[in-house]
Amino acid sequence: MSSAGQITANDLKPVTTEPKSDESPIIRITGMHKWFGEFHVLSNIHLTVARQERIVICGPSGSGKSTLIRCINRLEEHQRGEIIVDEIKLTNDIKNIEKIRAEVGMVFQHFNLFPHLSILENLTLGPIWVRKTPKAEAEETAMYYLEKVRIAEQAQKYPGQLSGGQQQRVAIARSLCMKPRVMLFDEPTSALDPEMVKEVLDVMIELAEEGMTMIVVTHEMGFAKSVAHRVLFMDFGRIVEENRPEEFFNNPQHERTKLFLSQILH
Amino acid sequence: MEKEKSILSDESNIRPPATQVGVLGWTKKNLFDGPWNTALTLLILFFLWKVIPPLINWFFIESRWASTSAECYAADGACWSIITYNIRFIIFGLFPPHLQWRPLTAMLLLAGMLFYSRDRRHWGKGLGYAWAVALFVMGLLMKGGLFGLAPVESTQWSGLPLTLMLSVFGMVAAYPLGVMLALGRRSRMPAIKSLSVVYIEMIRGVPLISLLFMSSVMFPLFLPEGITINKILRAQVAIILFTAAYIAEVVRGGLQAISRGQYEAAESLGLNYYQQMRLIILPQALKIVIPPTVGILISAFKDTSLVVIIALYDLLKTTQSVLSNPKWMGFSAEAYIFIALIYFICCYAMASYSRRLERELGANT
Repeated sequence: MSSAGQITANDLKPVTTEPKSDESPIIRITGMHKWFGEFHVLSNIHLTVARQERIVICGPSGSGKSTLIRCINRLEEHQRGEIIVDEIKLTNDIKNIEKIRAEVGMVFQHFNLFPHLSILENLTLGPIWVRKTPKAEAEETAMYYLEKVRIAEQAQKYPGQLSGGQQQRVAIARSLCMKPRVMLFDEPTSALDPEMVKEVLDVMIELAEEGMTMIVVTHEMGFAKSVAHRVLFMDFGRIVEENRPEEFFNNPQHERTKLFLSQILH
Repeated sequence: MEKEKSILSDESNIRPPATQVGVLGWTKKNLFDGPWNTALTLLILFFLWKVIPPLINWFFIESRWASTSAECYAADGACWSIITYNIRFIIFGLFPPHLQWRPLTAMLLLAGMLFYSRDRRHWGKGLGYAWAVALFVMGLLMKGGLFGLAPVESTQWSGLPLTLMLSVFGMVAAYPLGVMLALGRRSRMPAIKSLSVVYIEMIRGVPLISLLFMSSVMFPLFLPEGITINKILRAQVAIILFTAAYIAEVVRGGLQAISRGQYEAAESLGLNYYQQMRLIILPQALKIVIPPTVGILISAFKDTSLVVIIALYDLLKTTQSVLSNPKWMGFSAEAYIFIALIYFICCYAMASYSRRLERELGANT
């Protein structure tokens, strides 16, 4: 049996929806580099993500995995190479960036809900101001997604009144209200108490079952095994290894990957 | 079982010792807690006994409320007659006496509007229109020249209406300007950023008095011949520019208190810069800085009295003119207590409103 909070592959049923490889990829990153000042944080990244594909990125801290997904919605600017999201090339054109951000949902480690707005207002803000959805319709959508993350009864509360797990589920619902084409998760369970990890992972698995395209930075290897189509291992700003989860966990190719896995799987 | 119950109820009947609670307990704990505190308490009581009765005597018992100045000189107490006798000049200054109902109405209208606007539930489009109409009516009452109202030169605007006008417009205009400067100072665009920095540091680096002098003495030199800009307006602009620089720095402090994550969450929803600021960042930042902002607004309110030095007849100046009348010379304590009271009422109203606003907004989080 798993210890408290630790999710193993045995707890989770594999998710079976398959990526649509016949359509154009949702994300195409080619030869991308990024520096923080002199520090070469991402180096020669090539990554293509098909529609409905689910990718888990893991690696030691400081390996650039968060920076990589933050480049996809331009929270970080890359300096070389090309990122194309849903046929739109990321440049300095702010209108393009805003368009891409509306299509790309992002869930943060620290939830980042808006504390001065109620849960419902957190969810309707994007649709009303970015999508110009009428308020009533936005609220209907918001309630639908709150239902989905099993938290509808908290709609009138404020983020500060919710537990961490509840806040993270609200954050997921907030992204979903924008009807995104792809969802980015930046260590969504790392800031949670152990007993709240599962409620968040359950919501993410449900999302996966519905065919959402997902890129997840996480240390939850059980989640990776059952949900991911591909697992990426990063170190020193490079993608060291990428493989299907069963291959990745049972038969890692690189020494660095083996060491990493031996350390986190005990 | 029965016995246990009775023991319990016995214990619950026990009260703390009488010397620990109530008036006696409080007195002992706070006033006579050891020889040192007892000595201090007695000393202060002695001091109050020496000071309070004479003060009450001067204030109320021996004071004159509606007499001539000669009677005042004869009496020992305060001469409140200087206020009651000269009240119209102190409040309205040089405004033509038979028209003083007009600034009075304008002030009452202003007070009424402020009082109504203090409730956040009333904030909305309707209130905005009401303010537009109210401002027009106030301007009309002060200036006249329409609807059969006799025109009054702005040089005759003085006293409390002038003080209120300078401070209310000063605050209302300085606040948004200050917020814009704060955003400008954090802008990623170098031109906007350096302009804001230069503005803020330059204005903060000089005293308000020098700005007022510049507005009244230097500024007209730069204007083409024949063009004059109203002196009150120039002072008003100086006050706005000065206050805005201080507000900008306070607001910048609030902006820095908002975590990076809030910006990122707002950005990742696809909100544009204007929406991010208006919907996410400013509501939180401005709430945090309510106490220091109100501090600045209060001191801006009091600083309007500096317009005395460019010969505008604000409340302080009208009072001083009364005091320079040989008939009423020597009663400055009474006169200054009176205007201090007016200033205090206004400032206290602002302070208590800010506490109310903090309480209401704080309840959400």
